[in-house]
Amino acid sequence: MNTTDLYHDSRVVRSLVDQIHKASRGLPRSITIMEVCGTHTHAIARAGLRHLMPEEIRLISGPGCPVCVTPVSFLDRALVLGRRPSTRLATFGDLYRVPSSSLSLETAHAEGIQVDIVYSPRDCMKLARENPDELIIFLAVGFETTAPTIAALLVEADQSNLSNLMILPGNKIMPPPLRTLSEDPDLQVDGFLLPGHVSVVIGAAAYAFLPDEYEKFSAIVGFTPADILRGVLEIVKQVKDETPCVRNLYERVVSDGGNRNALALMDRVFHPCDAEWRGLGVIPGSGLTLREPFAHRNAERIDVDMPPAREPAGCRCGDILKGTLDPPGCPLFGKECHPDNPVGACMVSSEGSCSAWYRHEKRSL
Amino acid sequence: MKPERLIQLAHGAGGRAMQSLIRDLFLNHFQNPHLEPLSDAAVLSPISGGRPALTTDGFVVDPPIFPGGDLGHLSICGTVNDLAVAGARPREITWALILEEGCPIDLVERCVISAAKAAREAGVSIVAGDTKVVPRGRGDRIFIVSAGLGIVPEGRDTGDHRLSTGDLLILSGPPGDHAAAIMAARHGLAPGSLVSDCAPVNGLVEALFEDKVDVHTMHDPTRGGLTAVLNEMAFRSGLALRIHESDVSINPAASTVFELLGLDFLSMASEGRILLALPSSHAERAIRCLRSHPLGRDASVIGEVLGPHQDRAPVTIKNAYGVERVLDLLSGSDLPRIC
Repeated sequence: MNTTDLYHDSRVVRSLVDQIHKASRGLPRSITIMEVCGTHTHAIARAGLRHLMPEEIRLISGPGCPVCVTPVSFLDRALVLGRRPSTRLATFGDLYRVPSSSLSLETAHAEGIQVDIVYSPRDCMKLARENPDELIIFLAVGFETTAPTIAALLVEADQSNLSNLMILPGNKIMPPPLRTLSEDPDLQVDGFLLPGHVSVVIGAAAYAFLPDEYEKFSAIVGFTPADILRGVLEIVKQVKDETPCVRNLYERVVSDGGNRNALALMDRVFHPCDAEWRGLGVIPGSGLTLREPFAHRNAERIDVDMPPAREPAGCRCGDILKGTLDPPGCPLFGKECHPDNPVGACMVSSEGSCSAWYRHEKRSL
Repeated sequence: MKPERLIQLAHGAGGRAMQSLIRDLFLNHFQNPHLEPLSDAAVLSPISGGRPALTTDGFVVDPPIFPGGDLGHLSICGTVNDLAVAGARPREITWALILEEGCPIDLVERCVISAAKAAREAGVSIVAGDTKVVPRGRGDRIFIVSAGLGIVPEGRDTGDHRLSTGDLLILSGPPGDHAAAIMAARHGLAPGSLVSDCAPVNGLVEALFEDKVDVHTMHDPTRGGLTAVLNEMAFRSGLALRIHESDVSINPAASTVFELLGLDFLSMASEGRILLALPSSHAERAIRCLRSHPLGRDASVIGEVLGPHQDRAPVTIKNAYGVERVLDLLSGSDLPRIC
């Protein structure tokens, strides 16, 4: 049995569930634990972990799906850019079906805008070389997990003198929204399951402010059911002992200081800027934009007429991303808004809370 | 080095180039008395013994060559399998090529040879064909369109209306190897031992009927994988279905590919597997029969048919931790995720 199998092993999972139930009995009150990573959202729903929790523990999803937190105005701009002559958009698959104020990239593609889905930002090098007469614009979204590879792409493009490649900067970083959520008086989150992939890059030390400044309980966890349950058990223990800390339970890949090379590369290409998060509003220093030496690759600088952004009427994605509403609480959920006709972004990506909930929870509508 | 021979528009123009393609390649490899006259239509022998079954399919896989097969092989297996799971004995196949100008002739030849080999393996004849060439940029090297004719012997019926409460669901082997092999080839991943499961399953199906297994219904989980097939069965029959995740064994190499690319193995295509439903009293015999055949060595019971459903999500999957969740159809294609 390899390590991954062990983390999926049903005996391990059952034993952890037992331990969580036992540990929760002595809790002074019910606790709310938020995950802030789309892959955690997906994994929790797929394994049905919410159903295995004792009633004292509530698991909620936060703004961890990079596509979901991307504001409508970003996609609007992408579509306006995509309509310019000799332009080809490149995107991660998640973004493809997200509605903008008008079309999604998918429907725009059917209408003739050129859109390529890439697995890795580096695929854009190939696109740029194969289409020398076109401008390739990569829609740069994602957290600290995608930012280093996008930075590497731009460095490589400069080194190769590839002039027909730009990005539309939309990357975000995780610590600032964790502050915003911790400060939100409407949101009573006791503990955070911290994102495994992001932590590989930024390191465990980057979250020290959670216990130090906000007395939040937290654990960095991986993505198997056992990983996530270990995190829940750890947070329950911290609550009982009243010892808030950042416990690194994804120690097989996450270090205290993170990936120095990746961080240096990010810092060389990007600098923090204020950024709009769907649901959370503008958060200071939470976005990444290009430093001056790379400004010639910033597609935001292309002068275009932007229509006013329209958030879909009735959509409660914002509250769902903040964790103040569960997906079924949205009046559109499962009615106008379902995976075949997503109204809000949370219904599109399999990491989105609404999509994960719709797909995996047993329900009768 | 000899320059690579490429398909030109002339190969589809009806002149000498096309004739040479037909005679040297198609006739040479597909040889059979119905094809050889090269008349406008293949006139077949009279058919008796059951109801004719007719199917058609298009094949546009990228890349056209993948670990364990190619588009030619796939086109015959896909057509044969659609007939076989309908309870038919496949007989004749038509085979049309849509080639893109500039497609290497070696690729066409490879697909023709594999199609001929798969046809021999499945015991079918390729009796009619067509070749079209589209200008460069208007196609993607090679597309294949097929049709297949088979006979459903008297007394056989594998329609979903036969699905009954209490039936067991059996899968003939691990799901998704075909999709995993394609994905690995597409993304330049080293596939290791991973090969497509692409194979004609008519022999496996006939073995079940010869063993007098009362197959209620049967499908090949191709596009959309198990998820799609189970949902179609549930909607057509009005019955709810449940599968057990820990009973669906998956090839570890395929599992790695899906995990790496963020795809769900339950929605991934197989091209040489069958899913059947039958009364529980026949399950043991069916498993024994399947496992004695090379294509069914890993056959196992994966779930059961429940009662009538009112739910709009009639298929569920129970995981090893005892949690039951909905197994819903994909919306659009399964898009790769960021993280």
